Amino acid sequence: MTKKTLKSYAVNLIAVMLLYGTMVYLSESGVLSRYYSGILVLVCINIMLAVSLNLTTGCLGQIALGHAGFMSIGAYTAALFTKWLDLSGAAGYLGYFGGLILGGLLAAVFGFIIGLPALRLKGDYLAIITLGFGEIIRAIIENMQFTGGAQGLRSIEQFSTLPVASGICIISVGLLTALMRSRHGRAILSIREDDIASEAAGINNTYYRTMAFTIAAFFAGVAGGVYAHYIGILGAKNFNFSKSVEIIIIVVLGGLGSFTGSIVAAILLTILPELLRDFENYRMLVYSIALILIMIFKPSGIFGRYEFSLTRAITYWVDVFKGKRKPFAALRSRNNKETED
Amino acid sequence: MAMESVLITKNLGISFGGLKAVSNFDIDLTEGELVGLIGPNGAGKTTIFNLLTGVYQPTEGTITLQGKNVHRKRPDQLVKMGIARTFQNIRLFKHLSVLDNVTIACNFQMRYSLLGGMFRLPGYWREELAVKEKAMSILSVFGLEMYADTLADNLPYGKQRKLEIARALATDPKVLLLDEPAAGMNPTETNELMNTISLVRKQFGITILLIEHDMSLVLGICERIIVLDYGQIIASGLPGEIVNDPKVIAAYLGT
Amino acid sequence: MQNIPARTLDDLLVLEDKRMVDFIQQLINGLQIGSIYALVALGYTMVYGIVKLINFAHGDVIMIGSYVAITTIPLLAAFGAPSWLCIIASVLFCAFLGFMIEAVAYRPLRNAPRLCSIITAIGMSLFLENLAMLVFSPNPRPVPRIFSTKPIMVGGIQFTFNTLLTIIVSVSLMVAIQFFVKNSKTGRAMRAVSEDFGAAKLMGINVNRTISLTFAIGSGLAAFGSVFYSSTYPLVEPMMGSMLGLKAFIAAVLGGIGIIPGAIIGGLIMGVAESLTKAYINSQLADAVVFGILIVVLLVKPSGILGKNTKEKV
Repeated sequence: MTKKTLKSYAVNLIAVMLLYGTMVYLSESGVLSRYYSGILVLVCINIMLAVSLNLTTGCLGQIALGHAGFMSIGAYTAALFTKWLDLSGAAGYLGYFGGLILGGLLAAVFGFIIGLPALRLKGDYLAIITLGFGEIIRAIIENMQFTGGAQGLRSIEQFSTLPVASGICIISVGLLTALMRSRHGRAILSIREDDIASEAAGINNTYYRTMAFTIAAFFAGVAGGVYAHYIGILGAKNFNFSKSVEIIIIVVLGGLGSFTGSIVAAILLTILPELLRDFENYRMLVYSIALILIMIFKPSGIFGRYEFSLTRAITYWVDVFKGKRKPFAALRSRNNKETED
Repeated sequence: MAMESVLITKNLGISFGGLKAVSNFDIDLTEGELVGLIGPNGAGKTTIFNLLTGVYQPTEGTITLQGKNVHRKRPDQLVKMGIARTFQNIRLFKHLSVLDNVTIACNFQMRYSLLGGMFRLPGYWREELAVKEKAMSILSVFGLEMYADTLADNLPYGKQRKLEIARALATDPKVLLLDEPAAGMNPTETNELMNTISLVRKQFGITILLIEHDMSLVLGICERIIVLDYGQIIASGLPGEIVNDPKVIAAYLGT
Repeated sequence: MQNIPARTLDDLLVLEDKRMVDFIQQLINGLQIGSIYALVALGYTMVYGIVKLINFAHGDVIMIGSYVAITTIPLLAAFGAPSWLCIIASVLFCAFLGFMIEAVAYRPLRNAPRLCSIITAIGMSLFLENLAMLVFSPNPRPVPRIFSTKPIMVGGIQFTFNTLLTIIVSVSLMVAIQFFVKNSKTGRAMRAVSEDFGAAKLMGINVNRTISLTFAIGSGLAAFGSVFYSSTYPLVEPMMGSMLGLKAFIAAVLGGIGIIPGAIIGGLIMGVAESLTKAYINSQLADAVVFGILIVVLLVKPSGILGKNTKEKV
């Protein structure tokens, strides 16, 4: 590790701990009412869903329309596990975390089974097949007895408080970011960029495509588990195509390939509907129009492929302060093509 | 220098539908050779590259790479066996940095696991550092090391072509296939490229098969030339012979 | 064998006959719904053939077609005109709608990466569904009688005028379209554009107009499908287009997407498969069978029954 990276890690760690500390304070001290705490939990869940979907759709570049299906697998698995254990308190939390992992793993298994054959197909076909699988999963859950059938699962212990949910969210995003900055992440990106060139560079496309899809499914499953223990009641209707579309909208709005974008968009699109409760009927209509407009006018979303880096931001402003750099100069001449010498 | 064959094809051919795109293609490349593959457009040169790199599966004939039969192997498996290529229309990872373009080609040489990467275990740090050093040294051969953090798409054309070659070299190939590396270059750049290719051959000790239309480049550096027309070899030999071969003149060179 | 009373043997024979009759009945039902799928599938396949885009909104155009029909019928009745004239209104409106959708949402993205087009198409589909929910309310609405549903008996098999009309008109339309695409100037233009965009442009073909026309025709055909569908299943609701559209899309893929005869074959096969599954296995499973067909096709031969495998040029 170079000194630079060490500094960078330290800065990020401090920032993360501050963030987490804030979440703990906000919920424990009672500054935030239960209602607002709940919204923040939903924000955390949506962040996890969006970032994991971004791995498939933004980083790998393959559209997947059944993400809610993986979420539901994780949700039901975790819920059934904790119900079966029937513990509470500290032991209960252990069971909860176990359930989350279990849910994530089962979702990952399905991600693998579906991904391996499906990812051989190109764009449009993959979209349809993932849509189909998402619907099949939902139909199966709706019709099975031990998942509660059409009435759903009730009385799930609400382990997902704000500190817990935000902690899991931070860890998930951290792991996914670490993934993208490792050799596996680079391999995945190379497939998106040019899948013929990536093979020519020694990348096994099928292996990495399936890996991305499976990992995305895992984190969607974990998010589902957190969701189940927040809302306390599960019904197959929570995880229909509409939900998958909502996650896609968050990812597209934030920018395909940008985790920062997914986080910001998840915050916006979780809080905004709550604030505009009165316009609930128009929500999907507005979303659909927004989707079309974004695609036509700014397909790269708010952030494009940009990733926020705390270290870079701090270095930048320190330089400005020291007079070494002019602020916002970069915005005036972005994407400069290097000229021939 | 050992005169071992690194790449042998026997009766290699492929048909699309009823059309024989390539047939009776026999070559024998020995270690360290620099061979040119020329011919009119549509003769099947890139098709042959695609056959050699596993993009197409041949409908007849065999390919032997370093003594091993290459049968039904995927392109990435062939890369691991020691054959790398560049593309006629540059295929870089446009939105990734120059450095990333090269380190990706080293992916299969790295060992750290998925979890090792996600949890930043020691293997990650060790291997990433090693690969970065290796990539930078390859880039400096091409004079690209100052562009390490530039987006590949922002490089000028000539440097993009060089980057593609650098990426191919990062896979530690025994055989390097270059598909029209001088396309779109002016005489100065072509000259520079010629020197780079010679340097690469000497420094890395690899065998190079080169598709090119620029005859100054071909005659300048190729030890041997194979001429292709309608998917078949119509002539093969030293540059001096080829230039005077009436068949070649009729099919391709003109006067 | 000799001890079986004659009466039981007669019964067996009658039962055989009845089973045969039932089977043919189900087959006819299958052909009926299959023709509807085929009409809708034609829209998908023509559009995909020419712009390589799965028009997710196509199914919802059908839904709009049905709403137009039920809105027009009372108006027609007020003027004393027959109900079936609503087809004209439906077809015209849908053709126009298809044209507008292409112009507004798909044309700007013609050169954009595939991902963007797919997302836009999904957005358009959602837009139409939610718009219909707001304008017409999410509750199902009944469809007034369009065609006579009096049963006609032919050799022990029960037809309705509805069924006959659906099959006959659908098949005629399909044949007409095939003829049109093969022989007319515009049809040739369509095929040229689907082969090679740039070359077609250089040949003087007005690419934009050809594409618009394709969308319009595809949507118009779907409108026929929607009217026949509504006359058979007389309940209209905003989400009806999605399942119908999905099945028709699967039919198009089954037959070979981009290939017009493929859409026809695919549609008829889907219809018969669905009908027979509903009759002989299980009604719930019919949807699963339909999806199952899609998955099998995509994994075994993605180019479909009539499709050819083409490799990307490296």
